[in-house]
Amino acid sequence: MSASTEAIANIQPSPARPWSSWASQIAAILRLEVRKNFLGRRAILIYLFAATPILLMAALSAQISWAQSRNNNIGEVNIVFANLYEGLILRTIVFFGCAWVFMNLFRGEIVDRSLHYYFLCPLRREVLVCGKYLSGLVASVALFTITTAGSLLFLYIGLGSAGASYFGGAGKNQALAYLGITVLGCIGYGAAFLVIGLFFRNPIIPALLAYGWEWINFLLPPVLKKISIIHYLHSLSPVPISEGPFAISIEPTPAYLSIPGLLLVTAAVLVLASFRIRRMEIKYGGE
Amino acid sequence: MEKPLDNTIIFDDVSKFYGEILGVNRVSLTIEPGITSLVGPNGSGKTTLMNLMTGLIRPTRGRVSVLGLRADHPEVFFRKIGYCSQFDSFPRALTGFQFIGSYLRVHGRSKQESQDLAWKALHRVDLLDAAHLKIGAYSKGMRQRVRLAQSIAHEPVVMILDEPLNGLDPMARAETIRLFRQLAAEGLHLIVSSHILHEVDMMSDQVILLNNGYVVAEGEVHGVRDEMEEHPMQILIRCDRPGVLAARVFEQDSVVEAKIHKDKHGLFVKTRDADAFYLLLNRIVVEDGLKVESVAPVDDDLNAVYQYLIGGGEAS
Repeated sequence: MSASTEAIANIQPSPARPWSSWASQIAAILRLEVRKNFLGRRAILIYLFAATPILLMAALSAQISWAQSRNNNIGEVNIVFANLYEGLILRTIVFFGCAWVFMNLFRGEIVDRSLHYYFLCPLRREVLVCGKYLSGLVASVALFTITTAGSLLFLYIGLGSAGASYFGGAGKNQALAYLGITVLGCIGYGAAFLVIGLFFRNPIIPALLAYGWEWINFLLPPVLKKISIIHYLHSLSPVPISEGPFAISIEPTPAYLSIPGLLLVTAAVLVLASFRIRRMEIKYGGE
Repeated sequence: MEKPLDNTIIFDDVSKFYGEILGVNRVSLTIEPGITSLVGPNGSGKTTLMNLMTGLIRPTRGRVSVLGLRADHPEVFFRKIGYCSQFDSFPRALTGFQFIGSYLRVHGRSKQESQDLAWKALHRVDLLDAAHLKIGAYSKGMRQRVRLAQSIAHEPVVMILDEPLNGLDPMARAETIRLFRQLAAEGLHLIVSSHILHEVDMMSDQVILLNNGYVVAEGEVHGVRDEMEEHPMQILIRCDRPGVLAARVFEQDSVVEAKIHKDKHGLFVKTRDADAFYLLLNRIVVEDGLKVESVAPVDDDLNAVYQYLIGGGEAS
């Protein structure tokens, strides 16, 4: 019996429950992606980008007089943070950070001409999508929850004992809510940008269009408002904030709808990504 | 009853178009184990055939199966297939060892197994010293070798190698060819594309000649040459009296041309039936007492087959 005949004879049928095999492959993809994308020199830019709000809050916090001038008014600081969180952290840092992280997962490999190494592994392409998505999620959640927590900490530190007591009381729940919104933002934006990176050769334009759409969300009629991610994240804000005089106000979507809704849409988007990746051919230059 | 095992690579009426551009057209092939070389000029369809075999692209029509398996089932298919593509690109920030080991983990191998296989593969391509260097710091030849190592690390049964000798120095080329021969002797399929015709000639069990997306010839080199009746075989006979020999070779109808070598110590003969000519030559040598130094076909190699079938310059 020749080696090849022997080897064919040894081909094992796929196990009836391949979950453990998929889990180990996903873990391997996760390790590889994190090593490639988040431990190299090129990752410094995203770290600096994620650190921007913390540095900003630290600078703000250094202005002790700023906090004192408000007579340690926690309510006012809460509103300041809520606005900064939504405008700076969520709509800008998390949005563009996720765009950078998730669009690069596939598009970056197509540009680097290295995606075929995955395609030549005994790996279902759906598993590859899951592994890549999870690696992006782990990285973005780690980065942007630190951004959120760091920003909170630095802003409220300026309030001295009032800030400390804030975290001991209602502030703890608010902080957890902000962290939860950040995680949900990474989940939702991550899936959207993963798919954009798969469908568009130049994903910057659709990313900018999505950015515009999210920003004008407050002006949109109620039906269109709901076709966005920011609407659901905004609904979860622990501190209600005004969207301005021109905003079309609607009732926030309750958490029991917005959270599962976001997760369901994310799952649907990942299924779409799986269909796309299953049909994908490696042509690089002509891709 | 046990299902018979398929041990061949089959292209069944396969065509591939890139939009309106032809990749390959109506290719039907059955490739047996051993070393099979794909030869043809740029754009002839060599890489397209390799990409079709590995499922990196899908045929516009027809079917490709490798050992009875299809690329649609990657979990089984890619345990058996290794592909060293022509893309000189790598994932960022990895050392050679990490590169091979990481993808073995994606294959589902354990950490220890991945490390062992990675070392073994690096050893086979003689790259142990550079194992812990970043691939970005490798020379072209080292990058070629680490790609080769990555493609063989999981010990596939079918290896598809797109220009695997590119960028290698002569020593490394010889070593790599020796490795290929060794793997083929173990019963593996090796599908190799190369533009160095004499190396292809030296290592291949069979060749597939491609031109403009079509298979123009396939089979063992000498067999292909024998079938080219429109190009008579050219034989050089080095002997002491080429004039006497020239006067007699036309006793046979299949001899179409005889030309004395410019040093007057040899005769070029063109014949449509080499076997019959050799018999005639034996008779002439005995009857006329010629002293023959050597008899050698001068266009019985891949280079000649290539020139006759495809023409032009070098393969690429």
